[in-house]
Amino acid sequence: MADTLLDVRDLSVRFEADEGRTQAVDELSFTLGEREVLGVVGESGCGKSVTMLSLLRLLPPTAVVTGSARFGSLDLLAASNAQLKRIRGREISFVFQEPMTSLNPSFTVGRQIGEVLQRHLGESRRAARARAVELLDLVRIPAPASRVDEYPHQLSGGMRQRVMIAMALACDPKILIADEPTTALDVTIQAGILDLMRDIRDRLGTAIVLITHNLGVVADIADRVIVMYAGRKAEEAPVHELYEHPQHPYTIGLLGAIPRRGVDRLQEIPGLVPRLAEPLPYCAFAERCPRADHRSRSEVPQLREVRPSHLVACFHPGSE
Amino acid sequence: MTVVEDASVDLVSPRARRRRVIRRRLARRPGAILGFAVAATFILAAILAPVIAPYSPSATDFDSLLAKPSWDHLLGTDELGRDILSRLIWGARASIQAGVLATCLAMAIGVPIGLVAGYYRGWIDPVISRVTDVVLAFPFLILAVGLAAILGPSLLNATIALGVGAAPGFVRVARGETLALREEDYVRAAIANGAGDATIIFRHIVPNMSSTLLVQATVTIPAAIIGEAVLSFLGLGVQPPTPSWGVMLADAQSYLSEAPRLAVYPGLAIFICALAFNLLGDGLRDVLDPRTTR
Repeated sequence: MADTLLDVRDLSVRFEADEGRTQAVDELSFTLGEREVLGVVGESGCGKSVTMLSLLRLLPPTAVVTGSARFGSLDLLAASNAQLKRIRGREISFVFQEPMTSLNPSFTVGRQIGEVLQRHLGESRRAARARAVELLDLVRIPAPASRVDEYPHQLSGGMRQRVMIAMALACDPKILIADEPTTALDVTIQAGILDLMRDIRDRLGTAIVLITHNLGVVADIADRVIVMYAGRKAEEAPVHELYEHPQHPYTIGLLGAIPRRGVDRLQEIPGLVPRLAEPLPYCAFAERCPRADHRSRSEVPQLREVRPSHLVACFHPGSE
Repeated sequence: MTVVEDASVDLVSPRARRRRVIRRRLARRPGAILGFAVAATFILAAILAPVIAPYSPSATDFDSLLAKPSWDHLLGTDELGRDILSRLIWGARASIQAGVLATCLAMAIGVPIGLVAGYYRGWIDPVISRVTDVVLAFPFLILAVGLAAILGPSLLNATIALGVGAAPGFVRVARGETLALREEDYVRAAIANGAGDATIIFRHIVPNMSSTLLVQATVTIPAAIIGEAVLSFLGLGVQPPTPSWGVMLADAQSYLSEAPRLAVYPGLAIFICALAFNLLGDGLRDVLDPRTTR
């Protein structure tokens, strides 16, 4: 694998609200290599978005974040606000799930893309506008020279998501974190956006973290996949390895829930993701797991390498 | 043919299209149009007073004291033989000036305070909110009378008193809008792109609450117009002989039985002017606020 760009160790995120505490992420470690596309998969509420937002201190003040996240020579979790401001949008960019509401309705898309360039690169307004046209072209928006002066309400959801991607790429960041970028879009538009992200990685060499609950999306584009469950890493493997030899019963359950030709009924995983006030002292998936036994209910399974570069946190791993 | 027309719609620039949507919505609200027309007439009269007033507002004609309406004096004359129509036109100056300037002042004071409370929250928000609540507990006119009495009688001081008195309304509106807007996805996206507080406040929050502020302003203007009349009536605002609707009402008191029209005309002017601005404000709210349009 190429050089490590981001090295996250023992990341824990806890929300301390008046109503009580919630343990969102529990001692998660992962790395991201240069030019790598990392898929982070899990159900809603498993902590995948919180993990990424915590890296740039984008969570509300009730979040307590511990651990370390080395980016170059800097620990993001210990960085000052001023340092983080220079990294946000410049070195590490975000694309969010809601393209319909993620653009300011009062300004043209050109102005909004330009704003990022003016802020981080000190470009003049004129230069920023010219660059905005190039960026719109890069994300394959037709007629970029006229689209640049349009307002968000004039663009479709897919177009707006392309604009968001253009904005995220404006300063040529090292890492692009895309949080469910295709979830709010039609299936045909989804394919186009994924295509675009693959193209960006190939042409610009940007490392991408793709957060999704859809294993099908990940199969399309990711190099390596992390499956998260209840704030912990359940399984991690290169994408083909994961699909051919899934080890964790949760991963197997997720794969069974992908619609496929010839399969009439989708397999569901019974139950819900638990909401935790404290880290569980045993396997968080035990309640829903067909393989759970006494040990699963009394001990936390540690990650171990069951096949080359394939990590699983389960006492009873194995495909089927 | 409709297809061709629809196609041409898309070629129009976005601003022009938005303007046209607003015009079309306005056209369905005759009250707002009427309010706009009347308010515009009052504003024009105030600006053009030296040109359109038939007489000087302070010119006395001792041959016709308390004259009835005639072709010489369309609305008659007062106890000193001054032309009432001219005084009404000049009086519009004090009213409009007080209404608009006091509203601008209220906005200049209230909006920054509301932004700070809504954006930074923390300990400052409850402090600002409680102080605002305390001030809002006083009726607007009582507050303005009290402030004007402290500042001393003059049109400028009356305007300041009205502006300060109306500021809490703007604090509340700006705070509420800021609280809502700072949770918008585009604000979150801007923060993720490295935007600082100043960028977020001035590029993402203020522009998106401008229409709400405009509506609050059109509600404040008539209140301030009435407030100016009240203060002048009580001798805390415009000082005689400078004409003002409030001063005219005060002067008319002594002649109420002989010449009630002396009180009726300025009273009507205040009523119609305030009503016009209120109608305009209601119409603007309906047109600009997406929540009240289907």
